[in-house]
Amino acid sequence: MTELTLGKALGAGLRQAMRDDEKVVLLGEDIGKLGGVFRVTDGLLDEFGASRVIDTPLAESGIVGTAVGLAFRGYRPVVEIQFDGFVYPAFDQIVAQVAKLHYRTQGRVKMPITIRIPWAGGIGAAEHHSESPEAYFVHTAGLRVIAVSNPEDAYRSLRQAIASDDPVIFFEPKRLYHHKGDVDLDAPLADAAPMGLARVVRSGTDATLITYGAMVSTALQAAEAAEDEGTSLEVIDLRSLSPVDYDTIATSVRKTGRVVVAHEASREAGMAAEVIASITELCFEYLESAPLRVTGHDVPYPPAKLEKYHLPDLDRLLDAVDRVLDRPNSLTGADA
Amino acid sequence: MSPQITPIADTAQDLELAERILTPDGTRIANPQLDAFVDDIDAASLRALHRDMIILRRIDAEGVALQRQGQLGLWAPCQGQEATQIGTARALAPQDYVFPSYRETGVIYARGAKPGDYVRMWRGEEGAGHDPASLRVAPLQIIIGAQTLHAVGYALGIRHDGADEVAVTYFGDGATSQGDVNEAMIFASSYQAPVVFVCQNNHWAISEPVSVQSQYPIAGRAPGFGIPSLRVDGNDVLACMAAMRWALAHARSGKGPAYIEAVTYRMGPHTTADDPTRYRKDDELDAWRRRDPIARVEAHLRALGELSDDHMAETQAAADVVAREMRAECLGMVTRPPLSVFDGVYAEPHTGLDRQRGEYAAYLASFEGEA
Repeated sequence: MTELTLGKALGAGLRQAMRDDEKVVLLGEDIGKLGGVFRVTDGLLDEFGASRVIDTPLAESGIVGTAVGLAFRGYRPVVEIQFDGFVYPAFDQIVAQVAKLHYRTQGRVKMPITIRIPWAGGIGAAEHHSESPEAYFVHTAGLRVIAVSNPEDAYRSLRQAIASDDPVIFFEPKRLYHHKGDVDLDAPLADAAPMGLARVVRSGTDATLITYGAMVSTALQAAEAAEDEGTSLEVIDLRSLSPVDYDTIATSVRKTGRVVVAHEASREAGMAAEVIASITELCFEYLESAPLRVTGHDVPYPPAKLEKYHLPDLDRLLDAVDRVLDRPNSLTGADA
Repeated sequence: MSPQITPIADTAQDLELAERILTPDGTRIANPQLDAFVDDIDAASLRALHRDMIILRRIDAEGVALQRQGQLGLWAPCQGQEATQIGTARALAPQDYVFPSYRETGVIYARGAKPGDYVRMWRGEEGAGHDPASLRVAPLQIIIGAQTLHAVGYALGIRHDGADEVAVTYFGDGATSQGDVNEAMIFASSYQAPVVFVCQNNHWAISEPVSVQSQYPIAGRAPGFGIPSLRVDGNDVLACMAAMRWALAHARSGKGPAYIEAVTYRMGPHTTADDPTRYRKDDELDAWRRRDPIARVEAHLRALGELSDDHMAETQAAADVVAREMRAECLGMVTRPPLSVFDGVYAEPHTGLDRQRGEYAAYLASFEGEA
């Protein structure tokens, strides 16, 4: 085991993938000499050269569209989008080309492209630097969507994403880039849990808290706080947003009967809506109360000084837990 | 020395400002820049190009007829653009790879498309009409200009591989307004990618004339990106072939991208859903009819005494055979079973989609035994 930050774990994952397969090439803005604005690609230019670590012009559609052509040629491009809010200029190439070419050609053209996106808020960034666009991509057939929450997962699932013959949108929570954890750099990829599996991060019996990305840490804090009050929360890290691992979720819900789904992204037609709809289809008869969402508001991502009011925090999670447990809460008041 | 466009202040619509070898009446004129690129084209070779163009026009007419008869959902006619498509595509080497738009029927014909390939996508049977690997042609692209970036990425791969290949992309004058086309030119130039851009300026982007896209000859933009370009008469098959041979040789020699603007005209509608009488005048159409790319070669070959009535009859008969096969393939297509809508979305199993497939399979099975 090696202790690494999430950012360093991602860099180690890229390095290993590039050593394993010479068809893996990286494209992005500032990923070469600078090593990326978050330094994830630090040192890769020196090891693999400018033909595999390609500093690109500042044009997101150009970066992804060029990766499509490289995939036609049999390469496995790994694209770095500099920030979440900058992926929109590449949206057409991702949803109309990357996602569809395999289907359009009935599998004769493969798009093994990994699109890495530094993602979500909580770092006090400027406008367009803290967005949570995952629902757009989850809604697009043909894409897989991964959201990591810790260094070990980051290292493993990035390598799995690159090795996959399907295109993968790979979300990296910016506020965890410096978060440290143990990583087994030598574990064979073949032995690792599949990319699409959710993980029960903490076991509990009273309610299930489902989330992903940086919110996993918040959910764990909420679970610890709840335990102090005698409430046992199970916490699930989805890890994969497309597909979602409903087997793991349903097993938990059948045990607890109560569900809160949380994410930073805004509410309307978001991941939580999808997960809760599926839970009601799969295990309605086990539910003791209506599942609840705790999400960002349906507003554009607010200025940095206001983001703490937008991002679900420990108290908002606990309030929702109180609601699904029919305890006094923000809606019923303390006297209920 | 590479041919270079002379920058001019005129608008994009000045048709005389394009390189040509055959005049509209079929007279062969000297072209110091282009002649050397087609000095091997004798009468027999020219007859072969002429035959290709006649067959392509027949395929195109059959596509329109099949759509009118309800057999195709849509067709994008290429009548008038035969010289551009055949002239450029016949210059390609087998190992080159093409990224076309939806109107490149002549390009896939020249790359060896089978009769069913022309209609499979337009009939709605499959997303791509042909096998990209066997033709070395990407699926026909409908999003305007998206394929130009794919060609550049492919060319980047060629360069990494050190292969003796060129990526080629076709697009229309309307596409030159798209960001992707401009980004493609930037990427191609930055990396000196072996890619050839072929802009078929057919004068109309549905109802918008080329003057809405450009107030300057489109080929004139490329030098600004550091890409040498040539503006050719797109209804002159020899000029198109010569220009393409120049561009391919340039790209193949490691000098980076090259750009061709072929000035041509789309004689029919944008697609079979379009009514060009609402936006364009008959006299414009008449003027272009007099510049017909096929008649031009015919006049030239006849003047040389190299085109007999027997040859013409044989060529027409060959075109009819291709059209007949295309119709038979079209009418004989068998739609895949309902569950095949789920096929090929992912290369590897996806539990969410597998669940949906299972649900739909159960739903379909519930009808079993019903009358």
